[in-house]
Amino acid sequence: MKLEIQRLSLRLQQFSLDIDVNLHSARTGIFGRSGAGKTSLLEVIAGLRRPETARICLNDLLFENTVQKYSLPVRLRKIGYIPQDDLLFPHLSVRRNLLYGVDGKSKHETFPFDHVISFLEIASLLDRDVRSLSRGENQRIVIGRALLSSPRLLLMDEPLTALDAKLKETILRQLRLLHHEFGIPMLYVTHDPLEAMEICEEVLIIEAGRVISRGNPSELLR
Amino acid sequence: MWPTPAEWQIVGFTLAVCALSTLVILPFGIAVAWPLARYRWPGKLLVETLVTLPLVLPPVATGLLLLKLFSRRSGLGHFLHEYLGIEVVFTWRAVVVAAAVMSFPLLVRSVRIGFQNVNQRLEQVARTLGAGDARVFLTISLPLASRGIIAGILLAFARAVGEFGATIVVAGNIPGRTTTLSLEIFETVQLGHDASAYRLLILSVIIAFGAVWLSELLIKRSALR
Repeated sequence: MKLEIQRLSLRLQQFSLDIDVNLHSARTGIFGRSGAGKTSLLEVIAGLRRPETARICLNDLLFENTVQKYSLPVRLRKIGYIPQDDLLFPHLSVRRNLLYGVDGKSKHETFPFDHVISFLEIASLLDRDVRSLSRGENQRIVIGRALLSSPRLLLMDEPLTALDAKLKETILRQLRLLHHEFGIPMLYVTHDPLEAMEICEEVLIIEAGRVISRGNPSELLR
Repeated sequence: MWPTPAEWQIVGFTLAVCALSTLVILPFGIAVAWPLARYRWPGKLLVETLVTLPLVLPPVATGLLLLKLFSRRSGLGHFLHEYLGIEVVFTWRAVVVAAAVMSFPLLVRSVRIGFQNVNQRLEQVARTLGAGDARVFLTISLPLASRGIIAGILLAFARAVGEFGATIVVAGNIPGRTTTLSLEIFETVQLGHDASAYRLLILSVIIAFGAVWLSELLIKRSALR
């Protein structure tokens, strides 16, 4: 993966997000306290927020270039966005939620449905009502929905927040294997050093909108 | 005590024109409510004011405006009569137009609130999954706003059933052609036909009760989906 984020500037409430990094690791962690600008960074990459300035490229596909006033529409970025809040479509069944990003695509463009379902161990949830799911089940469906859309990049925004320790361990195990299984690079936002060490090859530490250091998570966060 | 055939005819006519007027304004109501709920644009305040106008104008004044607009001497009325052979004033079409105009603000307000209550993050997630604007609107925004839309349909229908002032000016009260429940109740009271007035009153209550009951049922079903 080659993700270039150049001259990114976005005014937030308390400070400005100012990022200039090139990322090459398949599993990169964005680590920092709450309110450091981590979520805003993901939203800019996904195209959900417009920065004041930025040039963002993923594997030579231009996402954003404010100098040229160019912004690739969100739907064409093929980003698997996994937010921290429950964002399953409440009016659709679990199955319809999972298939939302698949509709209209050919079989060759997407991961096999059964493969994703068995990997995430969610076969028993397919016929359940979305509103009857527990937080952990909910989060696995969100991950499955993003995977099934065959994204170029997964953006995970503290996906394990508010889960109990046992559930966290189960999903953490799946996330660890996810890259090997599907080959999709990911940016993983967290404020938990253990999660970052478990999942990421490289970590950026963000404070008040700036990258203050980057490197191996075991060395930086221990 | 049982309603006469003439009274049943009036009830049927009222229900039909009110259903038609609600059906006609529904797509327009959604088309107006969506940008009002979601975007800032020049002229938004003007559109908001124009949409609300029938709610605050005396209904008779609105009726007079419609009479001017659709009379054969106006551009629109002339065009409809000459080129399409459609006569509006003092016909059932005028009843539909009056009901539509008077109930439009209530529909827009309710649908707008429905759209405002949709979590926009869900729409954003749908876009990240590859959905374009039209698909997001049809598969996420519209179904999630369905409670507001259902409530708006009910309010508009109920307002249409109760419409009097604008209708009597633009459609008159022509027995068998433009007489609605409200107009007939007024007429029977004027003539001192109390028994008929009370029968129509009971029918009005049943229609209103049925509309509210149906709407509650639909809202509950949409919540359960």
